[in-house]
Amino acid sequence: MSKKENAPIRIVLAKLGLDGHDRGLKVVARMLRDSGMEVVYLGLRQTTEMVVTAVEQEDADAVGISMHNAGHLTLAPRIVKALEDAGLDVPVVVGGIVPESDLEAMAEAGVAGVLGPGSSAEDVATCVREAVAARGE
Amino acid sequence: MASEDSTLISLVEKASEGDRRSVGRLLTLVERGGYSAEQVAEATYTLSGNSHVIGITGAPGAGKSTLTACLARDLAVSEYKPAVLAVDPSSPLTGGAILGDRVRMEEASEAGAFIRSMATRGHAGGLALAVPGMVRVFDAFGFNPIIIETVGVGQVEVDVASAADTVVVVVTSGWGDAVQANKAGLLEIADLFVVNKADRPGASDARRDLELMIDLSQITGQATRRPDIVMTTATEGEGLDEFTKAIFEHRELLFGGEQISIRRSKRWKAEVRSRLDYLLSEVAKESIENLEEKKSSSPGSVAREIAENLLKKDEL
Repeated sequence: MSKKENAPIRIVLAKLGLDGHDRGLKVVARMLRDSGMEVVYLGLRQTTEMVVTAVEQEDADAVGISMHNAGHLTLAPRIVKALEDAGLDVPVVVGGIVPESDLEAMAEAGVAGVLGPGSSAEDVATCVREAVAARGE
Repeated sequence: MASEDSTLISLVEKASEGDRRSVGRLLTLVERGGYSAEQVAEATYTLSGNSHVIGITGAPGAGKSTLTACLARDLAVSEYKPAVLAVDPSSPLTGGAILGDRVRMEEASEAGAFIRSMATRGHAGGLALAVPGMVRVFDAFGFNPIIIETVGVGQVEVDVASAADTVVVVVTSGWGDAVQANKAGLLEIADLFVVNKADRPGASDARRDLELMIDLSQITGQATRRPDIVMTTATEGEGLDEFTKAIFEHRELLFGGEQISIRRSKRWKAEVRSRLDYLLSEVAKESIENLEEKKSSSPGSVAREIAENLLKKDEL
């Protein structure tokens, strides 16, 4: 079945574990909303299972994870795998602090895009749109 | 369309085996409208009609989400399989939306409640078409009760919540005085009132104003049954047992007698009506787009002429 031709992109946004810096996530939520997307906002202290459940029930097109605790090399691949294991073909975009030297590892782990500090609203929206389009159906 | 049909059949099959991912997909199809939505409606219609539908509405910030979350959690930990449809407004400027209800519904979700967030998507008629269809998807696959939560601002949002078996209106202290209480609208549709944030000053005044308003409705003979009033402080967990109990009492009352079939037949007719409105406006769209302004004919006479021409059509 073709994926939402005219319908807005639905994206689940979350922060995982004990990472309390949610300002960035709130800004990104607003950026995505203003670019016409529907943002299912989960907020702080989420687990992998909670994200998977949300994607399933909300039939989301993408997942955005914000990380400021240097956990990206552990947590991002875990989310990608958990979604795959659940049979959910949705791209994961990571935002926050990811050193350039880790970008390759992130791509290898199946992360669809990484957005660092200073990304503009347009960068953020384009990154999500392209990640969703690349999956297509 | 053949492959779409087979996908639909397999989604319905999987959903009836309890696959929540398929339920999620079916909800999306209904939400998007059009051909697929109609197919899902056909597939689920005969399977549905067994669930108790609860509408929760009220002013922004009254505590609807928190109350909904508590109710869904308590139901999920006892023997029920609740679903929540949380409706939030889309931005009229960009069409986007931030759907934040899951933040408060974490515990409910972990306890097993199915939570779906929904944006109003701007088109007024869309919500009225999509919500009954989405409720039917939940109903068909054994979710019971089904809770619809909407902001009590805007006629469609109010209509959508009031198309439930049990309608809950949430108010808080300081929401208005006795005169406000007599204004038409939200307050007339309630089967149950919740005065939330009851720990705040003015909560008992709010209750008194509601009682007075209800007394007046009884005098004028407008109301058939006196709505209950429950006081809660949802964030502290206070009054929640009474809240749940009042909902169950209303359900008993409905399902124990004629009430439920009267309500549902009204709801059925209302849905036929909104589907018909939609079909007619879709057909009319074309005729309107091709129009050119004529100073000599009034909009009313042109509309009548178009309607008369449309009535001659064999099919839509």
